[in-house]
Amino acid sequence: MLSLNINGQPHQVDVDPDTPLLWVLRDVLGMNATKFGCGIAQCGACTVHMNGRAVRACNLPVGLIGEQPISTLEGVDPTDPVVKAVQAAWIALDVVQCGYCQPGQIMAAIALLRTAPHPTDEQIDSALSANLCRCGTYMRIRAAVHHAAGALA
Amino acid sequence: MTTRATTGTPAPAHAPAHTAAQASRRQVLGAGGALLLATLWPTPRSGRAQPAPHPEQGLLVENTPAAFAPNAYIRIAADNRITLILPNVEMGQGIYTGSVMLLAEELGVDMAQVAIEAAPPGGGAEITGGSTSVMTEWLPLRQAGAAARSMLVQAAATRWQANPAECTTRSATIIHTPTGRSLSFGAVAAQAATLPVPQKPTLKDPSTYTLVGHAQHRVDSVAKVQGRAVFGMDIQVPGQKIGTVAACPVEGGTLGGMNKAAALAIRGVQAVLVNAQNNTVCVVADHYWAARKGLRALKLHWHDGPNAHINTQTIYEQLHDGLSGPAIVANTKGDAPAIIAHAHATYTATYQQPLLAHAPMEPINCTAHVRPDGCDIWTGTQIADRARDTAVELTGLPKDKVMVHCQYIGGGFGRRLEHEYVTQCVDFARQVPYPLKIIWSREEDLTRDRYRPAYVDQMSAALDDKGFITALTHRIVGPAVVARWDPPELTKDGYDEDLSVATVITPYSYPAYRLEFARREAPGIVTAWWRGVGGTRGLFVVEGFIDELAQRAGADPVAYRRAMLAQNPRALAVLDRVAQEAGWNTPLPPGRARGVAVQFAFGSYMASIAEVEMPDPDNVIIHRVCAAVDCGRVINPDQVISQIEGGLIFGFSAALYNEITLEDGRVQQTNFNTWRVMRMNEAPRKIDVFLIPSTEDPGGIGEVGTAAAAPVLANAMAAAQGRRYRTLPLLSARNAAAGKEQG
Ligand code: FES
Ligand code: FES
Repeated sequence: MLSLNINGQPHQVDVDPDTPLLWVLRDVLGMNATKFGCGIAQCGACTVHMNGRAVRACNLPVGLIGEQPISTLEGVDPTDPVVKAVQAAWIALDVVQCGYCQPGQIMAAIALLRTAPHPTDEQIDSALSANLCRCGTYMRIRAAVHHAAGALA
Repeated sequence: MTTRATTGTPAPAHAPAHTAAQASRRQVLGAGGALLLATLWPTPRSGRAQPAPHPEQGLLVENTPAAFAPNAYIRIAADNRITLILPNVEMGQGIYTGSVMLLAEELGVDMAQVAIEAAPPGGGAEITGGSTSVMTEWLPLRQAGAAARSMLVQAAATRWQANPAECTTRSATIIHTPTGRSLSFGAVAAQAATLPVPQKPTLKDPSTYTLVGHAQHRVDSVAKVQGRAVFGMDIQVPGQKIGTVAACPVEGGTLGGMNKAAALAIRGVQAVLVNAQNNTVCVVADHYWAARKGLRALKLHWHDGPNAHINTQTIYEQLHDGLSGPAIVANTKGDAPAIIAHAHATYTATYQQPLLAHAPMEPINCTAHVRPDGCDIWTGTQIADRARDTAVELTGLPKDKVMVHCQYIGGGFGRRLEHEYVTQCVDFARQVPYPLKIIWSREEDLTRDRYRPAYVDQMSAALDDKGFITALTHRIVGPAVVARWDPPELTKDGYDEDLSVATVITPYSYPAYRLEFARREAPGIVTAWWRGVGGTRGLFVVEGFIDELAQRAGADPVAYRRAMLAQNPRALAVLDRVAQEAGWNTPLPPGRARGVAVQFAFGSYMASIAEVEMPDPDNVIIHRVCAAVDCGRVINPDQVISQIEGGLIFGFSAALYNEITLEDGRVQQTNFNTWRVMRMNEAPRKIDVFLIPSTEDPGGIGEVGTAAAAPVLANAMAAAQGRRYRTLPLLSARNAAAGKEQG
C-alpha cells in the first residue's frame, strides 16, 4: 500500500511503486481530468501540480512521490484567484477546440502565473511549449494567459 | 469524407417504420407530454432512412417526409427543457455551438436554454468529416427550429383562440402580442406534438438574426476547461478492465509467438487475448500500466509476412514510376498536351508529398461490453454507423441490440473516420465477460495508423509571351483512398474524385486543361483521409506551381494571380483583402520574406500570406500569417477564425516536420519524440484572420486552414531562400541538402 496526498485528500493505493501517477489517477482512483497523450513526458496532456509545480504524471512513479502534495484539475480550488482567472480567460477567449490537451495547458498556465504573475510572451512560450495541442490553439492560449494575468493585476 | 460521400443525395423515398414511430410517440407523450421533432436531414447515398432508437426516448416522430432520415431531433419537454440530439460529433470544430445557434435562432430560444445530446447511429448519415457539417446542417436545422416554432405557436394560439400571426416567441415562450398573454414552450409541447409538421416552414429573414452571424461562446468550453468533458478515453463502465494492444508492426504479418506466462505473472494482468486474424494481441489488466507491462513481458514475435521488404524508397519509386505510362484522364478541356507539345515556352515541375499520421491528441481507444443479449460501445467516432455495423457483424446481434455511445473526440483529423479500432475492441471484448476498455499507446497509434498517402504530382504548362498559362497538364500519382473507404464512390474509370479538390475545383480557369491520375496503391500500408483531404494534397502542388510561374515571368506573385482571377470576384476579393492587411506592397524588415496562396475548396474562398524569416535552411520563424476568408454566410464568426488558426497550425506542423517512413515494413516514427508536432514557441507569432461578409450558403471551414498551410509556407520559404520547395516536409534533411547544393 502506498499513501498519496491528492487534492488535499489522503489516498491508499495498492499498485507497484513504478506505476506512473497518471494511471493511478485515471484507472485506480477514477480521476479523469488528467489526460494521457504520449506516456513519455513529451506532450504535457498529463500535467499536474506537485508541490505547486507543473510535472508530468505519465513518468512520475508513485513510489517517488511520498508526502508531496499532488493537485489535479478536478481538485484545483475554483475560488482561488489564479484558477478563476485562468478558467475565465479560457472561456472568454474560446480557447478550446477538441479540449483534450486543455487540462494540461490549464495546469501549466496556473503554475506559471503563480510564479510569474505577469509573464512575457517568451515566458509563456517557455513554460507552455512542453504542452502540445494538435488542434493548434496556441495563439489563444498565449492570449488567454495574458488575459488572466491582466485580470489578476 | 469526400463531398460526395457526405453531402450525398436524398435517400430514396420510402416509408419509415411507421408503426414503431407511432407507438413510441404515444409512449413518449404518455410519459409526460413532449414535442419531438425530427429535422429534415438528408441521408447520404445509400443510407436507408430509419428512425433512430434512443435509450430514454424510444423511437421518435411520424410526419417525417420519407425522403429524409430523422437523424437530428429537437425535444421539448413539459418542463420546458429543450434538447437537441445531434448526429455530428464534436471533435473541436465547434459544431455543437453552431448547431445550437441555428436551432435556437429559428426556434426562438436562448442559447443557454438548449442542451445537447449525441445521437446514436441512425440511418447512415452519421459521418462527420470533409468540412461538411455546417454545409449540411445550415438548412435542416433552421427548418427544424422553424417547424417546431410554428407548431408551438399554433398550439398556443389554439388554446387562446387567437390568431397565430399575432404571436411572437422569445426565450422559449410564446407571447400573444395584443393581450400580453404568454405560455412557455413546455406548456404547449404535448399539444404541439399532435399537429402536422409543416413541410415548408417559413424561415426568418437573415437580416433579423440575433444569434447567427454574431460571435457566441462555445457551448462545450466550461466542461472542457474544468476537466469534466468525457472523452472516449474517460469512459468508466462499472466492472471494466483495461486492455492495451500490439498489432503486428508489419501490415499483413501474423503472430509468431509470445511468452504468455510472463505477462500473466505481472501484478494486475488478467488475460492475454489474440484476435481472430491472429495479428493482434491484447493484454487485459486492472489498469493501463499493468497492461502495458504485460504487453512488454510477452516479448512478441511476429511473422512479418509479404510486406517485410517495404521501405519508404519502395513507395516513392513506385510513385515516380507512375509519371510515365498510362493514366486515367480525369478532367479535360481543349487539347492541353498538344498545345504544350507545340508551345514556344513551357514549364514543368514535379512535387512529392509524404505519408502522414493523424496523431490526434487523444490516442485511439474504445470501450465495449459484449453480452449474450446486447453490446454497448463507447468511443469517439466520426462514423458511428460503421462502428455499430462492425459490432453487429462480429457479435451476430441484431442492430437494435448494439448501441454506440458517441463521446467527445479528442481530435479527429480523419483518423476517426476509420472504425477498425472498434472492430478490434469488439473482437477482444467478446472474449471476456466484463466491459473492456482498450487504450492504444501512442506508439501503437503512430505505427498502426492508417496514413495520409504519399503522392507525386507533375505539372506542365504552355506559356504565352507574358508568362501566363495557355494550357496546363497535371498528373497525380498515388492511391485512391475512396476505393477502400467507400468503394462504390470510385468512378467507373477508377478515379477518386477527392483528387479534384484544389485541382479541377479551383478559383482559376485555364484555356486548356488536363488532369490525369495514375493509380498506385502503396504496398504494406493502409491509406486514409486526413484533414483537408484533396485540398491539402492538391493546393501544395497547384499553388506552388503558380508561384513558380509567377517567378519565371518575373511577376509579383499577387499581381500574377490577380491577372488569372479577373473573372472570379470572390477570389479576387479575398486576395486583395489579404494583400492589403498583410502589407504585401510594403517593404519587409531585412531577412524576412512573404509568400501567398489562394484557394477555393470545401465551398470556401481563402487567400493567405505568410511572413517568415530563415536564420538558416533548417530553421524557419513564422512571424505572421494573414488570411482573408469568404466562407459564405458565417454562423459563428469567432469559430471560423479559431478553425483557421488551428487548421493552419495543424498544417504547418505537417508541412515543416512530418513524414512517416518505413523500414522493413515497419513505421519508424513511434511517439512525439520522433513525430514532431509544432509547439507553442514554434507557432506563428501572430495569425490574423479577416472575414469577408457574404450571403452565399455557408462553406466548410475545418479544413480550409490546413489546406493553405503547406503552400503559403513553402512559397514564403522559397522567397526567403531563393529556391523552390517541391518536396514535403519542408525542413527535411533532403530539402536542407538540396538547399545547400543550390545555395
Ligand atoms: S502523457 Fe505525459 S507528457 Fe504526454
Ligand atoms: S484543443 Fe485539441 S489538442 Fe488542444
